[in-house]
Amino acid sequence: MAEIGTAKGPAAEHRIILRYADEPDYTTDIDCYLRHGGYEQLRKALSMEPAAIVAEVKASGLRGRGGAGFPTGTKWGFIDHAKNQKPVYLLCNADESEPGTFKDRQIIYKDPHQLLEGMIISSYANRAHLAYIYIRGEMVRGAQILERALAEARAKNFLGENILGSGYDLDMFVFRGAGAYICGEETGLIESLEGKRAYPRIKPPYFPAVLGLYLCPTIVNNVETLCNVKHIVEMGGAAYAKIGTPNNTGTRIWCVSGDVRRPGYFEYDGGAITMGELLYDVCGGIRDGNRLKAVIPGGSSAKVLRAGETYRIRRKNSQGTMEEVEMKLEDLPLDFDTIAASGSMSGSGGIIVMDHTRDMVECLNNLSAFYAHESCGQCTPCREGALWMHKILDRMAEGEGRPEDPQLLLDLAEQIAGRTICAFGEACSWPVESFVAKFREEFEAKAAKEHERLQPAC
Amino acid sequence: MVGPDQPLLPGTEAPGTEFVRKADEIVRQYPVSRRSAALPLLHHWQQEFGFVSQRAVEWISERLGLKPIHILELVTFYPMLRVRPGGKINFKVCRTLSCALAGSHDLFAQIRERCGATATAGHGMYVSPDGAYSVEFVECLAACGTPPAMMVEEEEFERATIDTVERILAKRQASRATGGA
Ligand SMILES: Cc1cc2nc3c(=O)[nH]c(=O)nc-3n(C[C@H](O)[C@H](O)[C@H](O)COP(=O)(O)O)c2cc1C
Ligand code: SF4
Ligand code: FES
Repeated sequence: MAEIGTAKGPAAEHRIILRYADEPDYTTDIDCYLRHGGYEQLRKALSMEPAAIVAEVKASGLRGRGGAGFPTGTKWGFIDHAKNQKPVYLLCNADESEPGTFKDRQIIYKDPHQLLEGMIISSYANRAHLAYIYIRGEMVRGAQILERALAEARAKNFLGENILGSGYDLDMFVFRGAGAYICGEETGLIESLEGKRAYPRIKPPYFPAVLGLYLCPTIVNNVETLCNVKHIVEMGGAAYAKIGTPNNTGTRIWCVSGDVRRPGYFEYDGGAITMGELLYDVCGGIRDGNRLKAVIPGGSSAKVLRAGETYRIRRKNSQGTMEEVEMKLEDLPLDFDTIAASGSMSGSGGIIVMDHTRDMVECLNNLSAFYAHESCGQCTPCREGALWMHKILDRMAEGEGRPEDPQLLLDLAEQIAGRTICAFGEACSWPVESFVAKFREEFEAKAAKEHERLQPAC
Repeated sequence: MVGPDQPLLPGTEAPGTEFVRKADEIVRQYPVSRRSAALPLLHHWQQEFGFVSQRAVEWISERLGLKPIHILELVTFYPMLRVRPGGKINFKVCRTLSCALAGSHDLFAQIRERCGATATAGHGMYVSPDGAYSVEFVECLAACGTPPAMMVEEEEFERATIDTVERILAKRQASRATGGA
């Protein structure tokens, strides 16, 4: 593991997944990958029992990097291979369309074989013989890079029949989406791959591990998650679990965008860096000497955090007992659990920064336009609510706000979350709930039309 | 998006042998269900002919043993599928927050002005009267760290400015003058 210390901050970046991605001579072809030890872990995995790999992944504590942070080993354990008679499928979620997120792109465009190796190992571990990579439609070049990588892997018998003489067969193909965000939701993704509209399925009964693609057991994992599997096989689950902090093991790729001097993507051990260190030391602070106003910590669906807030965080201390500590926004260590304890989520790792010149009504309106456009339309609260919230915000941004608007927005958001088929309901209401609650004075000023016009976001 | 004011054009496209060969190759990637090939074939068609016509819907549904509505319902759902030819050069500018904070909405206005894309073509797309240029907003392109993000056909551009646009236009003009694509 290389320590590539580009950061001046207290902790150095620890690049495992992005270890080679930005090296000047590193290319996407298989020869380059093989020169860097590529497909060695596949050889190792094929010499193991599939169940042993699942056990290592469980031991590693790996949690999904697509948004929900669900333990990967537990997900894989849902398929009971002793009883199951149906074929199993493995799907890679490369839809990457949560605003603020651009990490999977780095892997696909710069190190595609790492993803393929992770997927082949994961397919073997889950006894799948057919796998698809669902990539968002706009990444045309990304799809071409993956197609080429698949052809190269086939030619070397890392894919196809009797892989490396192991007796294991696997086919893998790329499937391109066509511009709909809801295809990132795993059951919407499955419907889309079945040739239908990406209407998410109701759970239960349609848990992918039970009734997934073609109503067979299906594992859906994010690009970054699947890459991690390769490294878990390499170092062993127990060693991997030592990286980061308990329950937040391994590294995370944080994507920083918005009003910082040096936006970008950075890979750190779980909990190794705080929000303040990332924004100020790594990203050079707020642009143009401005002050921080708000941060969305985990993709646009995560609840916004306001500069100056403090949080009471319950966590396990070194003795293993629970303690409650007070933390400022800047002091929050970046991991799943602390960000969740602050009332938001680290979700997809997309951190969007807004400085003090930004108008929160306009920023929220920008996001609400996204959700109004992307609702799949199946559930009335989501379809009507997302559009209604956007209409109100649009009107407020235009200077036509009404005194009842802030409360109306909160009431609407509250009545969407928890009443829909998929988590898009929460995704579209959490930003509204948190922006209005935390910047209530700004929304009320807009509603009363007495506001001073700040620099528009759009 | 198809609707009462945007019905499909009848279309007179005639798929050639290479197109059919590639289509068969695509269908083979879905050994469990041919229906899975519906969206890939729509992409294939749009790439070849520029947009999805009534002819496309019929051809693909026949090929996959489906009803035309099974294809049409995809055309009306997925934003990347087009039912009209776009401009010869189509600019897609990211509309979403990180890019908006970096001025993507100004860029959008500048492109419209530069290309004379004044006529609306529905769903936020603007085209120039001669059909040479079009510009539209798209949602987050997963390139938020290098904003504004922009796409021209299949090519992606980071930190796009009006200078980027000028360079693209100049390159197109040069390649047209020398008889290139
Ligand atoms: C509205 C919505 C959009 C989503 N978009 C994505 C996405 O673009 N990429 C992704 O990997 N997961 C996305 N997810 C999460 C997936 O449903 C699923 O949890 C994930 O792919 C599981 O993989 P993981 O366990 O490896 O994280 C989305 C979820 C929702 C509710
Ligand atoms: S919550 Fe929204 S996006 Fe999800 S299924 Fe319902 S309407 Fe579709
Ligand atoms: S917001 Fe423009 S690429 Fe993500």
